[in-house]
Amino acid sequence: MDYEVIGMTVLWTFLFGYVIVASIDFGAGFFNAYSLWTGQHQVLSNVIQRYLSPVWEVTNVFLIFFFVGMIGFFPSTAYYYGSALLIPLSISIILLAIRGSYYAFETYGSKGHRGYAFLYGATGLVLPASLSVVFTISEGGFIQLTERGPVLDYWTLFTSPLSWSIVVLAVAAVLYISAVFLTWYADRGGHSQATALFRRYALIWALPTIVTAMGIVYELRNHNPDHFASLLNLWWMFAISLLFFVASVWLIWQKKYYGTAFLLLVGQFAFAFYAYGISKYPYLLYPYLTVYDGATNEAMAIALIVAFVAGLCLLVPSLYLLLRFFVLDDQYVAGKK
Amino acid sequence: MLFEDPVFASRMLSLLTLSIHAIFATLGVGLPLMIIIAHWLGIKKNDEHYLLMARRWARGFVVLVAVGVVTGTAIALQLALLWPNFMEMAGHVIALPLFMEVFAFFFEAIFLGIYLYTWNRFDDQRKHLLLLIPVAIGATMSAFFITTVNGFMNAPTGFQIIGGQMTGVSPIEAMFNPATPTKAAHVISTAFMTSAFVLAALAAYRLLKGAQHVYYKKALHLMMVVGLIFAIATAVIGDFAGKYLAKHQPEKLAAAEWHFETMEGAPLVLFGILDDEQNVRFGLEIPYALSILAHNHPQAEVIGLNEFPQEWHPPLFIHYLFDLMVIIGVWLVLFSFVYWWGMRRKWTIVTSRWFRRLIVASGPLAMLAIQAGWWMTEFGRQPWILRGVMTVEEAATQSPYVGHLFFFFLALYLILVIGVVVVLRNINQRFPLEQDLAHEGGERPWITK
Ligand code: HDD
Ligand code: HEM
Ligand code: HEM
Repeated sequence: MDYEVIGMTVLWTFLFGYVIVASIDFGAGFFNAYSLWTGQHQVLSNVIQRYLSPVWEVTNVFLIFFFVGMIGFFPSTAYYYGSALLIPLSISIILLAIRGSYYAFETYGSKGHRGYAFLYGATGLVLPASLSVVFTISEGGFIQLTERGPVLDYWTLFTSPLSWSIVVLAVAAVLYISAVFLTWYADRGGHSQATALFRRYALIWALPTIVTAMGIVYELRNHNPDHFASLLNLWWMFAISLLFFVASVWLIWQKKYYGTAFLLLVGQFAFAFYAYGISKYPYLLYPYLTVYDGATNEAMAIALIVAFVAGLCLLVPSLYLLLRFFVLDDQYVAGKK
Repeated sequence: MLFEDPVFASRMLSLLTLSIHAIFATLGVGLPLMIIIAHWLGIKKNDEHYLLMARRWARGFVVLVAVGVVTGTAIALQLALLWPNFMEMAGHVIALPLFMEVFAFFFEAIFLGIYLYTWNRFDDQRKHLLLLIPVAIGATMSAFFITTVNGFMNAPTGFQIIGGQMTGVSPIEAMFNPATPTKAAHVISTAFMTSAFVLAALAAYRLLKGAQHVYYKKALHLMMVVGLIFAIATAVIGDFAGKYLAKHQPEKLAAAEWHFETMEGAPLVLFGILDDEQNVRFGLEIPYALSILAHNHPQAEVIGLNEFPQEWHPPLFIHYLFDLMVIIGVWLVLFSFVYWWGMRRKWTIVTSRWFRRLIVASGPLAMLAIQAGWWMTEFGRQPWILRGVMTVEEAATQSPYVGHLFFFFLALYLILVIGVVVVLRNINQRFPLEQDLAHEGGERPWITK
């Protein structure tokens, strides 16, 4: 296998990891704020905080990993995306800062500030929207090469149905993923009220997620026919994804096997995410940049891959330990520790 | 200026974000070690005051780390947003340590999460202490890796440019460039030193405010001694850093010293004012000191700034920054030595109020030296972003909006810093020492075993 492909696979996998863990984090923040609003805060906040506080930093590192790895394996992306995305990504930085500081300030904050909690919840919806712009832009048609370098065409971006459907999908998916995970998490801890509430949220957001996902495929047909064609070649992956979706919704509906339901959900998103990624190959940015002209030199690629394997040997056991303490430990989840 | 010139605006935004990050990153590197030391002493001496120190410091540490992560995320993204051409080029050669840094972050973040939320989940406190070791290693390694990147910007190695094309890349050579050894060692030892003095300053402040408890005296003493050790290390390594500069970046050393003509037996000038003819007035001159700093020999020849073309001259105000750093460094060594010696000799002056006031000042002073040192070395690299290869001008984004963003980020950091101050004060009020002591007291089977 080419090292370009190895690099892309690794990065795509970590991005997928970020999509899942960050969705849980973003959505939980939103539900937290929403429950303040509806007066159900007592029911939810404890469950949410138990999970979120210890792991948010790790979630953040997934993003850094993707970003730094991208520049390492494909330095030209720094030039194209770095030049064009100054504003959207700066907004994302500020939103990320609001989230991060919420954890910092509320850990020992006495009562918790309501306005702050709402702000924090709102970032949970705006961040996926602002980060998802990168996906939209990668489809091509939004960046122009000028003598000042690559420039983003904001007007086209804001008037494109594709970009709005991606935003809607990002938000719906965040809420759906988060609700399913928290249903399971609350159930393990024996918080029956919270479980019931999260289950309802999960069922509410299931349909919008799948509908907008299909909407995007439709939009792509107009926007980027090449990409659409290669998506169709991978129809079977989307079919599997759909099956997983139906199965996990069914389990949640039946109020059983929430853990399996969550795993099925991960499978659902994995198949869709990788199918999307594979269909895009070899483009990093339509039509300017492919993985081949954007890639780093061989010496660096090998060094990065070696570092990655060594890093994984360190990372996987540590991540397992983290899960053992905060997710797989029933006593902790139940709030007894 | 800020709104018209994207290059200048990018420089100022980098300056802003990095300076803020430096505050939190320094403490993020240093505090885990201090907590480990206290925790370990507590177990070893069977003294719950030290254990309490570890616990109380850890509370503040959580808040500081979180802001360190936030500002670090900002700077990591900004590097590509503000300097796209630089990152594209540097990505080919120096991406390895950047990538490894991320693993160090993972490592730190994971074990920090576990450490902080498992205070009561271990019967044996020593196991809990073990969790902090990966945190300290992760933080120190991330400082090491990022400093190698900065070293590369100062002394680019590990590649060749033939006909505008980069070839023969060696990531390892780039990472272990000539600047790496002194730079990394200096950065890490200053982080330890600064954290120690900051904690000592806090304890001294409490004592000045009338607190009587022996807890504060123990904390003060411990941190002053640790501070002394790392202050000596810092000065020694700083001396090596000067020798590195003399060999590999003579223009930076010359600008920092206002040393214009190449000569033997060069004096070191402190402060002063420069006139138009490159004469220093009102400066404090130490004969031969520059030759010693640069080459360890009083008669050695030191290259002057006039050997270099005018457009390569770094800004000359870095002289003041350099002086500030060195003076603070020397002061902290002497001062903490006097404290240590005085405590051994039971001198009463070292426990007097005015001496305690000086201890309170040493925390902020150390932090100031960190800032001065970074500004000196970063401005001293001008006009290059990659010395000899790419200028700042060539590297910057062309986007016209950077100036506006500067103010958004300024507001963000202001809020963050104010928030940190408020929250740290709140923590202190919510967990007064007396209450912690009462709470922690009683039977503690794990202290003895
Ligand atoms: C508490 C902070 C502190 C203190 C007391 C000192 N330094 Fe320092 N110094 C730094 C904090 C620092 C730094 C912030 O960590 C720098 C900036 C960039 C770097 O690599 O380290 C630095 C850089 C730096 C450099 C430039 C290295 C380079 O550009 O590669 C030199 C020559 C020295 N230092 C020398 C000294 C000497 C002779 C000191 C005498 C005691 C001293 N420093 C005290
Ligand atoms: C955390 C401590 C640091 C501080 C306080 C700091 C400070 C500064 C300052 C004051 C400037 C502006 C210089 C000028 O425009 O004349 C600057 C620029 C810059 N720094 Fe640093 N720096 C730090 C660490 C680093 C590290 C570790 C890196 C490398 C990864 C780095 C990369 C850069 C870059 C790319 C620029 C912009 C280019 C330039 O102006 O030369 N900095 N920094
Ligand atoms: C030499 C100066 C620097 C030191 C000593 C340093 C050290 C640290 C440390 C210890 C942390 C962990 C957070 C904390 O404990 O406060 C951190 C966070 C971070 N730093 Fe820096 N850093 C420096 C400069 C930089 C630069 C130039 C970059 C940009 C490439 C950067 C990127 C980051 C990122 C992305 C994080 C957040 C990591 C996370 O999500 O956990 N740092 N830094």
